[in-house]
Amino acid sequence: MLLLAVDTATPAVTVALHDGTSVVAESGQVDARRHGELLLPAVDRVLAEAGVKLDAVTDVVVGVGPGPYTGLRVGLVTAATFGSALSVPVHGLCTLDGLAYAAGQDGLEGPFAVATDARRKEVYWARYEDFRTRATEPAVDRPADLAEQLAGLPVVGAGAVLYPEAFPDARGPEHVCAGALAALAAERLAAGAELLPPQPLYLRRPDAQVPKNYKVVTPK
Amino acid sequence: MADEPLVLGIETSCDETGVGIVRGTTLLADAVASSVDTHARYGGVVPEIASRAHLEAMVPTIERALKEAGISARDLDGISVTAGPGLAGALLVGVSAAKAYAYALNKPLYGVNHLASHICVDQLEHGPLPEPTMALLVSGGHSSLLLAPDITNDVRPLGATIDDAAGEAFDKIARVLNLGFPGGPVIDRLAKEGDPKAIAFPRGLSGSRDPAYDFSFSGLKTSVARWIEAKRAAGEEVPVRDVAASFQEAVVDVLTRKAVRACKDEGVDHLMVGGGVAANSRLRALAEERCERAGIRLRVPRPGLCTDNGAMVAALGAEMVARGRPASDLELSADSSLPVTDTHVPGAHAHDHDHVHEISKDNLYS
Ligand SMILES: [Zn+2]
Repeated sequence: MLLLAVDTATPAVTVALHDGTSVVAESGQVDARRHGELLLPAVDRVLAEAGVKLDAVTDVVVGVGPGPYTGLRVGLVTAATFGSALSVPVHGLCTLDGLAYAAGQDGLEGPFAVATDARRKEVYWARYEDFRTRATEPAVDRPADLAEQLAGLPVVGAGAVLYPEAFPDARGPEHVCAGALAALAAERLAAGAELLPPQPLYLRRPDAQVPKNYKVVTPK
Repeated sequence: MADEPLVLGIETSCDETGVGIVRGTTLLADAVASSVDTHARYGGVVPEIASRAHLEAMVPTIERALKEAGISARDLDGISVTAGPGLAGALLVGVSAAKAYAYALNKPLYGVNHLASHICVDQLEHGPLPEPTMALLVSGGHSSLLLAPDITNDVRPLGATIDDAAGEAFDKIARVLNLGFPGGPVIDRLAKEGDPKAIAFPRGLSGSRDPAYDFSFSGLKTSVARWIEAKRAAGEEVPVRDVAASFQEAVVDVLTRKAVRACKDEGVDHLMVGGGVAANSRLRALAEERCERAGIRLRVPRPGLCTDNGAMVAALGAEMVARGRPASDLELSADSSLPVTDTHVPGAHAHDHDHVHEISKDNLYS
């Protein structure tokens, strides 16, 4: 088994290769505006570091978000295209689950919550019983509206760090790393669990307004 | 192989997810998934809706094109993709897919210009482009007159719209007339039953002191809207067919007149008309008539190749391969305002041996 994992749902562009037992190579860069430019060179670097070619990959794993739209799609379309070109399965994982798993690897015990930056003064978040077990569906909300229900819980991720008044016990890691995502996927696949389809979790409707009647141009 | 490269092209600059496959100047497949119906209720293309639709349609459309062409992806000589201009988020989906595909198959990647692709697509219909080619590109996003001595690395803007694109004017007038979105096809249809001389709408930038090759459709649009409003205010019925025909005539009159003039001024004996508005039947007819009178050969691809599609991107990609143009690198980014003079986006370390051409590229505005 050789998993290639990518995630572009947060400001991080992260890629990892995992052989079913451990992470073989990994790359993480934080640049919210350059997902499109950074992802493929990162994949190339990670494969080169591991000394393998892309066609050795048996499974592609991708973070499906939730995440701000434009960057999120870079990872998803890249994973889907690899899957099609290589005829290998593409598995989706919730990006928040990857962050929770990374926090667990760093020693955080449950319960806790994960929050990433959703922009527009909101966070994407979910609550976890422990680092492998999500207790709520991912959602998008204003930090102030969550402060009460998450009171007393450590909150992991950049979404927590950004809003210290709402999340006084904010923790790292701030961004997801593909190594954690790959490790979680390897664990779930080995246990015969179903992963998600590689489809985006936007959690918001597209901004689209039906134009009002056309503007009258005759001067009144 | 170099003469007739097998290339897959991806186009996602607006609301069509297009994947085309060509062998040299032969079209093998043209798969398109459109989100236009989803945008109709908004009266225009909504960028986020377009981007979401591209992500969903991308891989299925690639697979459909390969099946249609009956080729194996392993046999491709290159992958080309629209790098710009277009909607940033929409372009990014296509560019990301093209990079992943090129990388997975170990094929060269060519990020190419959307406007140059609109011109190059005619090679699939009428064979190799004459050099130079004069091109009139008209769509919802662009209205330009371009002189193309070499479609792979020398495209010169002679003129463009200074306000609305021609297709935008069709959409806006359709909205004033409550005809829905997009406006082009419905106005074309109604105009056939109307009198193009019924109402004398203004011809923008057609005075002797106006720029010879630039266009303006904003004044026309206002004038048509005002005429309709006056009828409505007087409680009279709006003669929709005559308005459509007279408006359409004003647009295509200016477009074809200026295009033919540019051909004469530059001594070019071929005119290529492309872009979504080139599907308009009156534009095609009037261009035909005026070109014939001026001794110019008109080249207009069939309507399906005028609107945005992947075949046009593949056609330009194949020409890039055939002429040995440098490939793009994996850092290729989508550029929503890629200038028309950038026919393609070579990688940072690429060289083009054709330096003479680069240097002789004079700026026609200076
Ligand atoms: Zn176009």
